[in-house]
Amino acid sequence: MPNAFWCIVEDDRRGTPKKVMAEVIGEAARVSSGRAEAVWLTDKASEAGLTQLAEWGATKVWLLENGAFAPYRSEVWVGAAAELAAKERPRAIFAPVTSRAREFAARLAARLGVGLAADCVAFAMDGERLVATRPVYAGKLLAKVAWAKTPWVATLRPNVFRPADGEPGRKAAVERPSGPTPAAQMKFVERREEVSTGLPELTEAEIVLSGGRGMKGPEHYVILEDMARVIGAAVGASRAAVDAGWRPHRFQIGQTGRTISPKLYMGFGVSGAIQHLAGMRTSKVIVAVNKDPEAPIFRIADYGIVADLFEVVPELTKEFKKLLEK
Amino acid sequence: MRILVAVKQVPDTATQVKVSADPRVIDTTGITWIISPYDEFAVEEALRIKEKRGQGEVVAVSLGPERVKEALRACLAMGCDRAIHLNDPAWSDADTLVTAKALAAVVRQEAPQLLLCGRQAIDDDMGAVAAQLAELLGWPCAYWVMEEAIDADTKTVRAARQVEGGLEVFDLPLPAVLTAQKGLNEPRYPTLRGIMGAKKKEIRDVKAADLGWAPEPPQLSVVTLEALPPRPPGRIIQGDVPTAVKELVRSLREEAKAI
Ligand SMILES: Cc1cc2nc3c(=O)[nH]c(=O)nc-3n(C[C@H](O)[C@H](O)[C@H](O)COP(=O)(O)OP(=O)(O)OC[C@H]3O[C@@H](n4cnc5c(N)ncnc54)[C@H](O)[C@@H]3O)c2cc1C
Ligand SMILES: Cc1cc2nc3c(=O)[nH]c(=O)nc-3n(C[C@H](O)[C@H](O)[C@H](O)COP(=O)(O)OP(=O)(O)OC[C@H]3O[C@@H](n4cnc5c(N)ncnc54)[C@H](O)[C@@H]3O)c2cc1C
Repeated sequence: MPNAFWCIVEDDRRGTPKKVMAEVIGEAARVSSGRAEAVWLTDKASEAGLTQLAEWGATKVWLLENGAFAPYRSEVWVGAAAELAAKERPRAIFAPVTSRAREFAARLAARLGVGLAADCVAFAMDGERLVATRPVYAGKLLAKVAWAKTPWVATLRPNVFRPADGEPGRKAAVERPSGPTPAAQMKFVERREEVSTGLPELTEAEIVLSGGRGMKGPEHYVILEDMARVIGAAVGASRAAVDAGWRPHRFQIGQTGRTISPKLYMGFGVSGAIQHLAGMRTSKVIVAVNKDPEAPIFRIADYGIVADLFEVVPELTKEFKKLLEK
Repeated sequence: MRILVAVKQVPDTATQVKVSADPRVIDTTGITWIISPYDEFAVEEALRIKEKRGQGEVVAVSLGPERVKEALRACLAMGCDRAIHLNDPAWSDADTLVTAKALAAVVRQEAPQLLLCGRQAIDDDMGAVAAQLAELLGWPCAYWVMEEAIDADTKTVRAARQVEGGLEVFDLPLPAVLTAQKGLNEPRYPTLRGIMGAKKKEIRDVKAADLGWAPEPPQLSVVTLEALPPRPPGRIIQGDVPTAVKELVRSLREEAKAI
């Protein structure tokens, strides 16, 4: 389709698109009035995955299926995607913010010689040009940026855009462009899995519980994990807790950790330093539990409780259980 | 072995930032500038590689206005051997691609075996320049690196990059680009001797013309900068813990519809 908005598919590495793609496709379809197309580079796609992309609103799926695409290497992906882009001339190329999609979008923009806006939280058409909004300076300001020419390459912050509703039965044409895959210089050695907590991934979770220095020690995070299991949340931490060695760095929220934007953020014993806020201030609802009424986190919290977290957390877990058992 | 480290000078995260009279830029009066924290990890790693091998040269490079010299001087104090300052108004409205092109021109001149960058600069947060450098140079790139080891015999670097759910380890032929993630190392503080020694080290000024640079418009421009819309005022829930918790859960369900 001319003027298509491409959506680069992020999947679970087992053939299923991640749910953040409902947001990316939903936004692409909204801005382009229904011209969203999915571009899926993978070693193995599933039929269910293709159906899912169509139901979310992709009018076409470009399926590039090849063993060389896993594990992701920018050299291989960019060559394949750039070749297709040169032929199909999309108007925009959107991808969700993940560690690899961020790199991919940057490298692709350089290959195509076009501009890039990373970690966007809003888009609007201004006549014939697209204007993107992105947080800068630790989220203290919002920058509106625009491109000199198409394709407009952008990455989208998860959990910010309204996900597509998904229309059962909607169909999309699947195109399987063939062509040689570019050679890779990087050689894959191994993948080391993290010990799974059994809880959702921090950047993808709809609810995040965050424990700060007020947690007093690594042994106490279990009370947050108990609550997390009840409400399906991820558990994160402040840098003070990470630097103390209580939690691995991958759980750090903030400027030098992960940026999250869940529907609900609850901070326990987190003071709300500016660098922590940088990583969570676009959360929809913010709850703070802190025994210091002057803690800066209360300034951005929608709901606050001034109390000892060790009294609040078990009580809260109990109440959530009651609510969700109803 | 020569290692180039790209460092960006950024406002200290604790300082206030305000939009200036020109709504596309911030008012820089009163701002304290620091080296972007991820770039400090990159500098530290470069110095460790050199120290471990007992030989080599570490060169810090930065693009920005005159004040950037201070950041480069700090890199020299940490132990870098020399520094290069891309210092020309031609780059004042550079986007990531123009920045990457200018840095790539210096990389070609210096021909290092390794280019170290930060994961992202903590002011404009694009996380893009390193990947774009790799693209322009045709080098392999490992992002968010948590561990690395150089193998001088096979001229490769083994790097572990952080991904959602774990680490992925790759061998990259040199020259290559790596971006430093927190956890790679703990940056050193400059010693007094380092600080004194830095005064004698070279910071070479490079103008656009020195790179044969033809003026190039950015592909992406800032239209305006705005302050955040204020969040609606919040509410401190009063009462003893059981009462407050019940009210919180009720509010989350009924008002905020967040649970
Ligand atoms: C360059 C730079 C980057 C940084 N990046 C990050 C980042 O990415 N993420 C990040 O989080 N920080 C970051 N920081 C650090 C940041 O400035 C703060 O130091 C840090 O966020 C503080 O963590 P905290 O809130 O857990 O600890 P503190 O500030 O010590 O706060 C602990 C809070 O717990 C409360 N408390 C104590 N006991 C209890 C209890 N029993 N019940 C209830 N409340 C209790 C206290 O009242 C206090 O408010 C960065 C700093 C710098 C300079
Ligand atoms: C408010 C604002 C918004 C902006 N938005 C955009 C945008 O949406 N798209 C865009 O293309 N540009 C944008 N820019 C321009 C962009 O910030 C600059 O081009 C900048 O030099 C590179 O981007 P970054 O700081 O995000 O670096 P990143 O890409 O996050 O930097 C990654 C690494 O590259 C190296 N590096 C980056 N910059 C330099 C440098 N100047 N000198 C040496 N090494 C460096 C460092 O190792 C750094 O850790 C914006 C600028 C401002 C002021």
